[in-house]
Amino acid sequence: MKNVIVIGGGVAGMESSAQLADMGYQVTLVEKESKLGGHVDQWDFLFPNHRPAREIIDSLKQRLNYKVEVKLGTEVESMQRNNGQYAVKLNSTEVLHADALLLASGFDLFPAQKKEEYGYGIYNHVITAADLEEIFRSGNLRKVVSGNTHRIGIVHCVGSRDEKVGNEYCSKVCCVTGVKQAIRLREALPEYEVFNFYMDLRMFGRYFEDLYREAQEKWGVQFVRGRVSEASEDVKGNVVVKVEDTLAGRPMKISLDLLILLTGFIPSKGTSRLGDLLQLEFGSDRFLKPADEHLLRNHSKLEGVFLAGACTGPRSIAETITDARAAVLEIAAFFRDKVTVHE
Amino acid sequence: MNFDVFTLPFSVGLVFIISYFLAMCIQWIRNLSATERLLLVKGIFSFKTFTSIKEVVLESLLHRKIFRVNPLLGYMHMSLAFGWFMLIIMGNLEARAYNPIPIHPPYYPIFFRFFEPDTGTFKYSVFYEFLMDFLLLFILSGVSLAYFKRFRSMALGMKRTSKLKSWDKWALAALWMIFPLRLLAESFTSGIYESGGFLTGTLGRFFAEFLPVEYLAYPAWWAYSIALGTFFISLPFSRYMHIPTEIVLIFFRNYGIRSSEKINGFADIEVKSCSRCGICIDVCQMSSSLNQQNTQSVYFLRSVRDRSMTKSLADQCMECGRCSQICPVGIDLNTQRYLARRRVHEEFRSDFSYLPDLQTRKTDVIFFAGCMGHLTPSVIHSMKKVLDHAGIRYWFMDEDGSICCGRPLKLAGKAEEAAQLMKKNRAAILASGGTTFVTSCPICLKTFTEDYDLKQMRLYHHSQYLLKLWFEGKIQLEKQMQKAVYHDPCELGRGLGIYDEPRELIQRMMILKEPENTGENALCCGGSLAHQEMSSVQRRKIAFDAAAKLTIDHPDYLVTACPSCKKTFQQASPVEVKDVAELVYAAIQDRGRKTALKSREIAAAEAN
Repeated sequence: MKNVIVIGGGVAGMESSAQLADMGYQVTLVEKESKLGGHVDQWDFLFPNHRPAREIIDSLKQRLNYKVEVKLGTEVESMQRNNGQYAVKLNSTEVLHADALLLASGFDLFPAQKKEEYGYGIYNHVITAADLEEIFRSGNLRKVVSGNTHRIGIVHCVGSRDEKVGNEYCSKVCCVTGVKQAIRLREALPEYEVFNFYMDLRMFGRYFEDLYREAQEKWGVQFVRGRVSEASEDVKGNVVVKVEDTLAGRPMKISLDLLILLTGFIPSKGTSRLGDLLQLEFGSDRFLKPADEHLLRNHSKLEGVFLAGACTGPRSIAETITDARAAVLEIAAFFRDKVTVHE
Repeated sequence: MNFDVFTLPFSVGLVFIISYFLAMCIQWIRNLSATERLLLVKGIFSFKTFTSIKEVVLESLLHRKIFRVNPLLGYMHMSLAFGWFMLIIMGNLEARAYNPIPIHPPYYPIFFRFFEPDTGTFKYSVFYEFLMDFLLLFILSGVSLAYFKRFRSMALGMKRTSKLKSWDKWALAALWMIFPLRLLAESFTSGIYESGGFLTGTLGRFFAEFLPVEYLAYPAWWAYSIALGTFFISLPFSRYMHIPTEIVLIFFRNYGIRSSEKINGFADIEVKSCSRCGICIDVCQMSSSLNQQNTQSVYFLRSVRDRSMTKSLADQCMECGRCSQICPVGIDLNTQRYLARRRVHEEFRSDFSYLPDLQTRKTDVIFFAGCMGHLTPSVIHSMKKVLDHAGIRYWFMDEDGSICCGRPLKLAGKAEEAAQLMKKNRAAILASGGTTFVTSCPICLKTFTEDYDLKQMRLYHHSQYLLKLWFEGKIQLEKQMQKAVYHDPCELGRGLGIYDEPRELIQRMMILKEPENTGENALCCGGSLAHQEMSSVQRRKIAFDAAAKLTIDHPDYLVTACPSCKKTFQQASPVEVKDVAELVYAAIQDRGRKTALKSREIAAAEAN
């Protein structure tokens, strides 16, 4: 029986492992954290339909049951190719052998400290979108806002489309996340005004535009086109942001109870490391480069090494699941072709 | 009187270059301002003249500064300059000793061997023959190094050497020919008369064995004279104009004259003093990191001289000052860029008179973060906490929003607009009645120091002020075992000469390691406000290269003292980047925790 090692236990890794196991391959899923679920496991509700993130993770976990060998808290130390097989050495000193590797090592969130002018880690009331999801889940939102100004700001494109931090690319899902979180904030804190500071809003997905319209019409969320130049803290601990409203053509200075930074995607440490270990190619955005941008999106340049999910660039959950399934088909085709050759 | 028609090319060239140089000197002096002229007059009859003569010998003849860059390169320049100078002096002495008439025509000592082919009867002849041959050999060794450098510049410690223009090629070819031709001419003549020293005599006898030296000697003297004439005539149009100009530069500079707003006075002397040695090319990080080799100071000054300056060339410089630091002639290259930018940006005019007057507050200590400081709020936060901790009452002048010090406008060559801003800021600062002005931004500090006329105040960079607070016992620091490297910001180090205070502070908190490029030779982080055209990709390349060099020994922290450097290195450094102020704040917090812990222990012990 053919053997596949999937590296990374987020949405892409879980979905592809389950599909591969369904097709009858022997699958080992390696995850460095002590539990499965990746970034989505940290999320509260999802766009565009406010569905709990839990549901996705639970359903994916269920499908893995008994069919896939899951190794948690495990990292890959080295990988070697011998006679068409990959020998993967784990940090547990165990060595696994596989006929194919699937990298589903995903992304990290841009470290907001690197955009120091927004004051993350310096001011108490500057948080990231990921922090806000955690606050939503804990139900402590009221404790986080002081009620001084009754205003909350959301900054788009933090670490994305920003030459100064070296990330020219768009992270794709933050725009709609900002809209979703703005609605959630208005729901939870009806007496608060919510401002979105954006460069332009990329509502590319199905129902995203509807969500954007709903945010404005039903929830009165304010959208200000302009990049926040800097944030500071006043004596009361409010966050003061400076931004130019480029549609009105005037500079604004506004005090906020809470400032939320929509941090973008960067390749995860694991993605960079695995790419280096296998000497794969990287794109100019430092994500992994597929063998062909149109036709071989799940192939790496190495035979038997496949790619799925956000290790090849920012993706939504739905896209990641589609991509994981596509990768599974490519792996199946790879095994089938190989058999034919041997006969 | 001795005369031969072959001396004409030399004589014509000499008359031409002397008249040209005198005309230039008159023009330079005429273009000085009245105060500068006064400095000149005062200077001439002062000790400064002797200082200047010493500097001319050390730099123009011996080329001491080039020796420091690379000994072989220094030797090459020295042998040509000092050797030639000695050859002229000794040649004149020899001619005078041999033929003691009051005035010789200038060509007589130069072509002495032609006119006096056999000086055997003269009692010092052996001495002079030896000396002149020795000097010629000395120069020829330099010339051969120059040949070699053109083709293999790396061997003389230069990765890249400057590219030449056509006048330079003429002059260079003439210069390269002069001494080999002199050697041939003297050798042929010595061959005919069986005279000459160890070099020309030996060579002459050798040539005489198989060459018709009696026919070759005269054409060789012609060629030598033509080479000299060509060199003199091409000199004003080539880089070799630096030879006479640098002497004027040294005297004027020692008399206290500097480049100012005027471009045709001292600034013009500086431009013409550039020897185009090309030493500035290798130190430029746009060359080493970006492989960009047409914007360095050598090419920039050439364009100023040729009047072919473009906006792009004037704008493409980070003004980090690394080239000024290493320039053997000591040209103030940042001022030259500024002057060029003033000219190329003349058509863009803006007006800042609409700005409201600034609110001021009565205070003793003013803290100014600067616009770059506002992009590193952690530095501001640390400074506020430390100042509060030390019990300093201060006015945070730009707390409510950035007030521009005017430097970016100045860097873009907009002096008048910058002056408008500065006037408003200065009024607010003076109205506060303060005596101490502290800023976190070296760029602002340089501007406040040089352009604001704030003599009533002490201006500090925050590293200096924090060190002062430590000396006064207002803050306590404790040394930890962590390792740090310090990056000298361009504007703080080369710009203001502040190298020691940040180091003294760091050493009281951490183990300070010095990287290879440090102090005056520090690298630029790439975040410079001065470069008007660089892409973010290019900036990042410079930042990554610089950060990699600085952190080669894996320190725990890369420490700096400039918000712009900190922001730039944050994206590029493999280790954490900190400002000195952040370190001080962390140290104070740490001490606070320890004291609290100790007092709790004491309280517990007492309770028991």
